[in-house]
Amino acid sequence: MDPPTGPSLGPYDYDLLVIGGGSGGLAVAKEAAGLRRKVLILDLVAPSLRGTERELGGSSLNMDSIRKFLQQASLLGKAIQDSQKYGWSLKEEASHGWSELVEAVQEQVKTRSMEVKRELKSCGVFYLGARGELVGPNTVEATDVNGRKRRLTAETVVIATGDRPQYLGVPGDREHCLTSEDLLSLLHPPGRTLVVGGSAEGLECAGFLCGLGLPVTVMLQPDLLPGFDRKTAQKIENHMIVSGVDFLYHCSLTKVEQTEACREDVVSGESATTPQEVSRLRVTTISQEGQTKQEDFDTVLLTIGRKAFTSGIGLERVGVQCSQSTGRILVNESDQTSVDHIYAIGSVQHGRPSTTGLSVHAGTLLARRLYGGDGILCDYTNVPTVVLTPLEYAACGLSEEKANLTFGEDSVEVYHSYYWPLEWALPARNKNSCYVKAICHIPDHDRVVGVHVMGPNAGDILQGFVAAMKCGLTKQQLDATVGIHPGSAQVLSSLTQTQRMSEALLMRGNC
Amino acid sequence: MAALFRGRHRWKRTNSLHVLTRNLTGNYDYDLVVVGGGSGGLACSKEAAQLGQKVAVLDYVEPSVQGTRWGLGGTCVNVGCIPKKLMHQAALLGTAVRDAQKYGWTISGPVCHDWATMAEAIQNHVRSLNWGHRVQLQDKKVKYLNIRGSVVDEHTVRGLTTAGKEMILTAKNIVIATGGRPKYPTEIPGAVEHGITSDDIFWLKKSPGKTLVVGASYVALECAGFLTGIGLDTTVMVRSIALRGFDQQMAGLVTDYMDAYGTKFAWKCVPKRVDKLSSGALQVTWTDTRTGSEHEDTYDSVLWAVGRAPETRALGLDRLGVQLKQETGKIILGSDESTSVPNIYAFGDIGEGRPELTPTAIKAGKLLARRLTGHSSELMNYDNVATTVFTPLEYGCVGLSEEEAEKRHGKDGIEVYHAFYRPLEFIVAERNASQCYLKVVCERRGQQKILGLHFTGPNAGEVTQGFALGLQCGATYHHLLQTVGIHPTCAEEVIKVSVTKRSGLDATVTGC
Repeated sequence: MDPPTGPSLGPYDYDLLVIGGGSGGLAVAKEAAGLRRKVLILDLVAPSLRGTERELGGSSLNMDSIRKFLQQASLLGKAIQDSQKYGWSLKEEASHGWSELVEAVQEQVKTRSMEVKRELKSCGVFYLGARGELVGPNTVEATDVNGRKRRLTAETVVIATGDRPQYLGVPGDREHCLTSEDLLSLLHPPGRTLVVGGSAEGLECAGFLCGLGLPVTVMLQPDLLPGFDRKTAQKIENHMIVSGVDFLYHCSLTKVEQTEACREDVVSGESATTPQEVSRLRVTTISQEGQTKQEDFDTVLLTIGRKAFTSGIGLERVGVQCSQSTGRILVNESDQTSVDHIYAIGSVQHGRPSTTGLSVHAGTLLARRLYGGDGILCDYTNVPTVVLTPLEYAACGLSEEKANLTFGEDSVEVYHSYYWPLEWALPARNKNSCYVKAICHIPDHDRVVGVHVMGPNAGDILQGFVAAMKCGLTKQQLDATVGIHPGSAQVLSSLTQTQRMSEALLMRGNC
Repeated sequence: MAALFRGRHRWKRTNSLHVLTRNLTGNYDYDLVVVGGGSGGLACSKEAAQLGQKVAVLDYVEPSVQGTRWGLGGTCVNVGCIPKKLMHQAALLGTAVRDAQKYGWTISGPVCHDWATMAEAIQNHVRSLNWGHRVQLQDKKVKYLNIRGSVVDEHTVRGLTTAGKEMILTAKNIVIATGGRPKYPTEIPGAVEHGITSDDIFWLKKSPGKTLVVGASYVALECAGFLTGIGLDTTVMVRSIALRGFDQQMAGLVTDYMDAYGTKFAWKCVPKRVDKLSSGALQVTWTDTRTGSEHEDTYDSVLWAVGRAPETRALGLDRLGVQLKQETGKIILGSDESTSVPNIYAFGDIGEGRPELTPTAIKAGKLLARRLTGHSSELMNYDNVATTVFTPLEYGCVGLSEEEAEKRHGKDGIEVYHAFYRPLEFIVAERNASQCYLKVVCERRGQQKILGLHFTGPNAGEVTQGFALGLQCGATYHHLLQTVGIHPTCAEEVIKVSVTKRSGLDATVTGC
């Protein structure tokens, strides 16, 4: 169905044209339509290099929900084990079927994308499955999947094109490696997997695969969880090691090629004809000292970082400036680019954190500022994040390092504790794994400037605390709150140990 | 001085073998004697000891009617929160095992539950906690006495061991934290002889089998919930409404879910009698109050969950003149936990009008200790205490129910934001999420201060905790609007909520 180019409220086809149908783009579009504006959203994302199709919804729909499903799948494996300690009896060990999971997840992604489309329609947002490119200050050229072009004008343009996984640029990476977008399109189990990159994405994937019973190695190239609180990152790594994930340090990937065995398969015609056939890959790495090594894996997953989708959308043509270092769009506190009527939100922004929750929030507030008479700016501090590693980690505010840097070590007090979820009692899991810390700024009434939670359901635990931090939460208020018992979250309300005290961190008794 | 002479007079009359002397200068054996070694009593005694006081704590468990007894730690550790949550977890894991199959896990053959395995594991854990508490008391140098305490006067406590030996302890201050025990409907023939209560269910060595749970308190619903979850035929018999005192819309969602989950409900029914058959099964006769008709069915167990009451008579409080609330038998308290008798304090479940929750007892106990030792004057704030009902679909709440908010501010004075949401975990598992719901009850004017927050869904307790903190900080709906959501979680739906009840619009959350 062609979106109408009929009269809008002004001389343009649309009041608002959004390039990018991810969480940010959808949020600004829906909110603007709700405020009675004529809105068009363009989304046509090229399939991944391996041919994995993407649905409307951006990284959020295509990846975030998948992450949650994968996490659930691996947690449920653990739950099956635990259930036996709680009196449930299984005749044999449970085993996991990869293709069943893939089928279930793919179906969900399609369903949710249909829901998004339905919602756009019911909100009155026009949607075109087309790539958008700025060809003039208020003109966007939309190219659909068949190559058909049309020009559309809008008073305001929002760029929310997001980012895509990066490749390493070494021989064989594009031909043989997967990115996270491809993982759930594999029809065969990934087998023995090498995850390259210590990003949150990489650690999550490694954790999921390990939880499903697959052998996984993580190559920390370049670093473990860059940007995250150092001590907590270390704990996450330790927990993953204990869970059975192997780690490779101080080396980098130099080449990926098929093994002879695999090449023979291809020659003999025995391999599957689908693009994602299982192949044995030989990986060459080089250590810091210059030693090379070779190892075989079935799958290599690149999770070294993401690159903003800012080329090919006409930014230079209209004068939208990007950062030299990151290639991401430069914006002010109102999310405005260097061109007045062009805005950018989401991971395409330079110098801002990148989470789905933030994109949705920023998009909604932008629409309200543009059309709702609201003046509220998006607060880019205290943006919470969650990492769905085997031990879930959620954090909001400053890391310990940032707090010390910002305020000076003497002005910072770190309250912390290990805790033991009651549910872990029967399976007798480790008592010093789950951990919380609250970082306080002493001179400012012991204001809580950072909260870190490592444990089951960390994300669900943290959300309310993020709202409390918006209210200017202090340590005293934290202490004044009565806990919900039995529960893990209550440990945040009874923190008495500080790092300064440096006592041995033993788990305190329940109840 | 009069008190001194009175005490001595009573002391001479008692047939005691262990008499601790008290000299004329008014020195007491202890600075503080706490009667009751539950969540509150232990917290209070340890805090006082830490602040330099000489403290003794008396704990004694009167066996239940069925003969169940347990160790140090009170209701929460032994017959409340802890074993309840663990049995709830057992039930949740049963669901998890079923869900897992939708996520690609293959489980061959039927999955069945063995009560004895679960009960033994839980009972062992509880015993380790009993032990842990004893060690903690030792560490903090609190004298622990496993004796039944009763209060003689404002400075004297009498203790009775199981062997019948008597002890007298004198103290500058006495704190009563003996909590409560489940009530039996003694007017129903056969109720006492054949029924069990929450005191017994967690300590059963054998499965309770087909169970009738009488009552609709959170105790009743939680027990019925986990019994259903581990595969037992369970019926809840409700006289009038469920979860009295809680937000009734939320109570309805909780029971609707339980109904869909497999728990049977006998609404508006009242049991008449319980008879034991020759087979050993229990025959229950009840009246359906809507029709007046009588019905009968057999069960393996009948669990009474019709409320809790304190054992104030055994404490000797009526003799002392400690004011009690007649209807409940609980002690009437000042805001500083004082009773009508000087130097005698009380808190926890035994306090009239106090929430029957472990964390409030712990906090109140600690603050009381600090006040008694002169370290602080801070009073316990009982407002906006969050709580969670651990039914199969958990329900977490903090602040006012919608009914209470309407009563206080008028229907036009409040704005209720609400949403039906779908936890991602339910999706692949193809589970019905129709009762997953949240509402934020706010003042209508200004920044819209949050008066109450209600949430049904997985891990409701974990979700609610941070928002309870928000209420403590005076959070408004405006603050929620400015809070970034954590994706993907269930909790983020709370900060995203935007549809008001007033608008009449569909509150179902869609899309990603």
